[in-house]
Amino acid sequence: MTEATYPRDYSLIGRDAKRAIGEGLANAQWYAAPIARARLKELMRRSDGPAIRDTLIWIAAFGATAGLAIYLWPSWWSVPFFLVYGILYGSSTDSRWHECGHGTAFKTRWMNDTIYQLACFMIMRAPTIWRWSHTRHHTDTIIVGRDPEISVMRPTVILKLIATYFAIPQTIAAFKHMFIHISGRLTPDEMTYVPEMERARVYLIAHIWLAIHFSVIAISLYLHSWLPVLLVGPLPTMYGAWVHVMTGQTQHGGLAEDVLDHRLNSRTVLMNPVLRFIYWNMNYHVEHHMFPMVPYHKLPKLYEEMKPFCPPANTSLFDAYREIIPAWLKQRKDPSYCIPRQLPEGTMAMICPIATE
Amino acid sequence: MTQWIKVCAQGDVANEDVMRFDHAGRTFAIYRSPSNKYYATDGLCTHEKVHLADGLVMDHIIECPKHNGRFDYTSGAAKGAPVCVNLKTYPVKVETGIVFINID
Repeated sequence: MTEATYPRDYSLIGRDAKRAIGEGLANAQWYAAPIARARLKELMRRSDGPAIRDTLIWIAAFGATAGLAIYLWPSWWSVPFFLVYGILYGSSTDSRWHECGHGTAFKTRWMNDTIYQLACFMIMRAPTIWRWSHTRHHTDTIIVGRDPEISVMRPTVILKLIATYFAIPQTIAAFKHMFIHISGRLTPDEMTYVPEMERARVYLIAHIWLAIHFSVIAISLYLHSWLPVLLVGPLPTMYGAWVHVMTGQTQHGGLAEDVLDHRLNSRTVLMNPVLRFIYWNMNYHVEHHMFPMVPYHKLPKLYEEMKPFCPPANTSLFDAYREIIPAWLKQRKDPSYCIPRQLPEGTMAMICPIATE
Repeated sequence: MTQWIKVCAQGDVANEDVMRFDHAGRTFAIYRSPSNKYYATDGLCTHEKVHLADGLVMDHIIECPKHNGRFDYTSGAAKGAPVCVNLKTYPVKVETGIVFINID
């Protein structure tokens, strides 16, 4: 492979996009742990039960926190309930968007699609755009110039990174894109991964979402109350984002770019049951990327199966950030730096393209 | 003249499962449905050329292992994003315990 040129060009139509294709990094064959087909089939098997149970708890938590926040408003006692409501609205929706987008959370398609649309609205991710961007993310994970979901570009800009924990750049981008979409256009990057036949749906949803956002603002003005905008729209997306960014940045933070092995560019972090409920087990991220057909509720079992072939998991969020933060700081000056991963003895890293059949 | 190609013994494909079959530089996916019928399609997903034999069979649906795109393997119909192009299907017959496909 030729040496990468710094700073990297993260756009999907620029220098590094051409380099990725030229080097065989696009649509390449990736390392997969040798899990027996029969066992994998068991793990891939779908069911509605766990996701229905979790969704009922989720809806009840929404109802309880919103109800108490409204009841106690405008007292300061409402603040803790808004904070929890915000985490449900602006953070737990990240994993619902993700799992239902893969179609693996529920066995029943319409259930996945319904929760997907709802979660997309709350986290302000255009459903069609993000379905396709995530498809590309799985094809070309952290391949510069190909993956539209690289969240921390190098050299690291620390202030911007901090702002992501409050969803500031994400929300600005979401509105900017909504206005582009209602004019019947996509961005040049989006045009590289959203097929022609899907584009009308993008424009339609942008119209519907903007209508909802303006309606909520109008209701707030009419009622002379902050309540509607604190409960629906960009504000809860922002004040509740920090948990999903905190967990989400451990997925790939500080790890290698341009490798064809998820063990080198993704991270599994052990987390407590509350975070795993909010995050729907996406802390098992190496496992998810290697076998995206395994539903979230089976990922702990897949983790056990894959252990012999993977680097040791980070033992906690604290443990993960202890290596991520120094790496981000180092990548401000040295964008070629990445955290090295120690693979188990006897397993080879896959860093270069191999001839595909 | 119709040419039937021998694929495998009936029991080589588990119930509600899929196996890969390569022949003359081409790759196919051979399915056994829950009702014990056999079907065949092109072996690669029409979205990004991933082997469907690594995917999951659920009733009459095959789900691609890479992006979870779904096809009805009995008709080849794509069932929604990210798959937009149908799969080509092939006739299958079973004789004396052997599965054959017609790839003409």
